[in-house]
Formats: sequence, structure tokens, C-alpha cells
Amino acid sequence: MPVDLTLKVNGREVTAAVEPRTLLVNFLRDELRLTGTHIGCDTAQCGACTVHLDGRAVKACNVLALQAQGAEVLTIEGVAAADGTLHPMQAAFRDHHGLQCGYCTPGMVLSALDLVARHPEPTREQIREELDGNLCRCTGYHNIVTAIEAGAKTMRS
Amino acid sequence: MYEFQYQRATTIGDALDRLSGSADGRYLAGGQTLLAAMKLRLAAPSDLVDLAAIPELHGVCMDGDTVVISAMTTHAAVATSPEVQRAIPALAGLAAGIGDRMVRNMGTIGGSIANNDPAADYPAAAVGLGATIVTHQRRIAAADFFTGMYETALQPGELLTSVWFPTPRRAGYAKFPNPASRYALVGVFVAQTAAGVRVAVTGAGPSVFRVPAMEAALDAAFTPEAVRGVHVPADELNSDMHASADYRAHLIGVMAGCAVEAALEKT
Repeated sequence: MPVDLTLKVNGREVTAAVEPRTLLVNFLRDELRLTGTHIGCDTAQCGACTVHLDGRAVKACNVLALQAQGAEVLTIEGVAAADGTLHPMQAAFRDHHGLQCGYCTPGMVLSALDLVARHPEPTREQIREELDGNLCRCTGYHNIVTAIEAGAKTMRS
Repeated sequence: MYEFQYQRATTIGDALDRLSGSADGRYLAGGQTLLAAMKLRLAAPSDLVDLAAIPELHGVCMDGDTVVISAMTTHAAVATSPEVQRAIPALAGLAAGIGDRMVRNMGTIGGSIANNDPAADYPAAAVGLGATIVTHQRRIAAADFFTGMYETALQPGELLTSVWFPTPRRAGYAKFPNPASRYALVGVFVAQTAAGVRVAVTGAGPSVFRVPAMEAALDAAFTPEAVRGVHVPADELNSDMHASADYRAHLIGVMAGCAVEAALEKT
């Protein structure tokens, strides 16, 4: 039986009736058409579906939409400025070639923002440790680490 | 995932009522294990009673020298709790090493302990520190709580509300993580307490267990060398695609030595 769900997604209040078994990632993609949140492994390992739930990075494929009741969700679509100007972290991924196919990138960016919120000046080692829930099969991670380091620096300035 | 009814409890009494009124309901904590199991159709509860909105199930506090962690406290919150970091840094470090960042932001101590995965980290800390598991109706010593693989002393409908960890003199935890899942291939928690040393092992057997021979060796001399020479029989240990029983038996000695080193560093 559908249950009423009210939450904020990228600053906008959303109300919908959802089946309890709807995962947050499916709600975002199929109901709200926010398809920047990707489904990679669908087993809570790869991190492509990472979004923020009340400011904390979570894997949206392993969270029920109803667990976000009353919460604030941030997806990759809400990261850039309203006029389309890239967030400094997104710009850093572009500037430093922190992506190839781009499939993991939304999750990488949202994990990076969770990291920088707690560690404004992360070391390369810290960045690598904190990315253990985000898999990239293209880059070998080197440029992603560089991008996050640079993005964090721009965010501080 | 099969269909189920979702219910959001607002008090402990409300949660108990909702669960007892369901056909085959389960409590939902962070869901990091349960939802994955439901997606694979390994679990198919009729109802999920979500505990997230129950205020008294969240938070960490001190009761004298005992750290009291409420059941719905996330691994990330345990890892960064000033109380835990001050009283039992080894426990904060253990929580910081569970899964990955996103799992730690959702997964909870109560959910992990009630699930008793044979490779979970918290059971080692609970048994190693001589913790007490508190439910809505009773207190259970950790030694009596973990009864077998994915089995605990919890009765149907019984709600785990908090875990009480007495502050040890010193403690350390070391695990050899499976590189993909970060679950413990072998994890060893060593605690030196007023009542003596406890050594608790996770990941190696069907459920957490103590190693009395190592405890006796550490009571005599609290050094890494004291445990490295202790032979642990492989007979009852797990053997799977990740590691043989013999390999795990060897790792227990290695990890126990590392745990003692960590305990000595933190004091």
C-alpha cells in the first residue's frame, strides 16, 4: 500500500505516494527524473548512487525512499549553481581529468563534498581512504584524488 | 524485493506494539544489511518497523566509567563521539573501519549487534570489553548474547535499545579486512581490564569467540610477542573462497599481536 512521502530534494519540497519497497535511487530517477544519480552495482558497493541525506553521503540503492521522510536530499543536479555554473568540486574534476566515462562521477563528487565538509584540507591519503566506497573502473583514481585535492583548495579560498 | 508494509514508530512502546501486531515483521535500523538481504529475496518480512524516529534510541553518554551507546547510533557517530574517543579509542577506531563512509553514515551499532554477522566488527568489541546488551526488558551479558552464526539471545519482538561498554585499562582492535567488503576476514579485539585480559575474535569462526590461551599469556606479559607464539587450532574455523581455516588460524595470532601493539600505543 503506498505511503505518503514528503522530503526536500535539492532545496525543493516534494510530496509523493510511494510503495514501501521503492528504493531512494529509484524514486529519484524514475519519479523525479533526476537521472544523474546512477545505478552501478545495485548492491551497495560501487557508490555510483551516492547522494546526501541530511548532509551525509549515503548509497541510495541501499536506502528506502521512505527512510528519507522529512529529510533533505542533495543529488548531483543540486550541486551546481542555479545558473549552471559548476561547483568548484565539479570544475576541479573537469580541470584535472578526474573522469573518463563519467559513470562514477556523480557519486565521486558527492562523496568528495561529504569529505571536505569534515576535512576542509584533506591529505591525499585521507582522500584515498575516504573513497573506498566509490569504485571507478577507468581512471585508476590518480586524477580523481588530484581533482578532490584541488576542489577542496578552491572551496577554502 | 517482495512487498511489505512500512511502519514508522515514534516511541519504544509504539515499536513493540507495531511489531507484535504484524504477521512476520522486522525492526528496521539503518538497513545496510537487511535491505540488501531483502533485495536478494533472502529476507521477506511482512512489515518493517522503522526505528529512526525514536529519539531515545539515538546518542552516546557516560554512566560513570561506562560508555552507553544507544542502538540507533550510526557507526560514523560512534567513530567521532568525544565520549567514545576519550574512554575507549579502540572502539572509535573499530567503528571508523566498518564498511565504507556511506555505510557508516546509515548503519547502526544496534543493527549490527542484533544481526550478529560472523564477520562483523562490533561483536568482537562487545565480547572483548565485557559489554552489556540492553533490551526493552532485560540486560544480557555480551558473553551470553552471541549464540551462533546470525543468532543471538534476542527473543522474537525483543528490541535492543543500547549497548553498555565498561572502560578498560587499555584496548586495541586489529582486523584483516576483506578488500572488497571490508568485513573482517579476521578481527581481534584485545582489552586489559580490572578483571584480566580478554581476547575476542570475529570473522574466523561461526560467531565471535574468546581465546583463553592468549588471555593467559597476556595476563602474564602484555606484549605482542606473548600472543604471537600461541597456537590456535583451525578445526572449528571458517573455510571459504576468501581464506582457508588454517590461514584464518594463522591470522588470529598476527592480528592479536597487532591489537596488543595498538593497545600499547593508545595508552
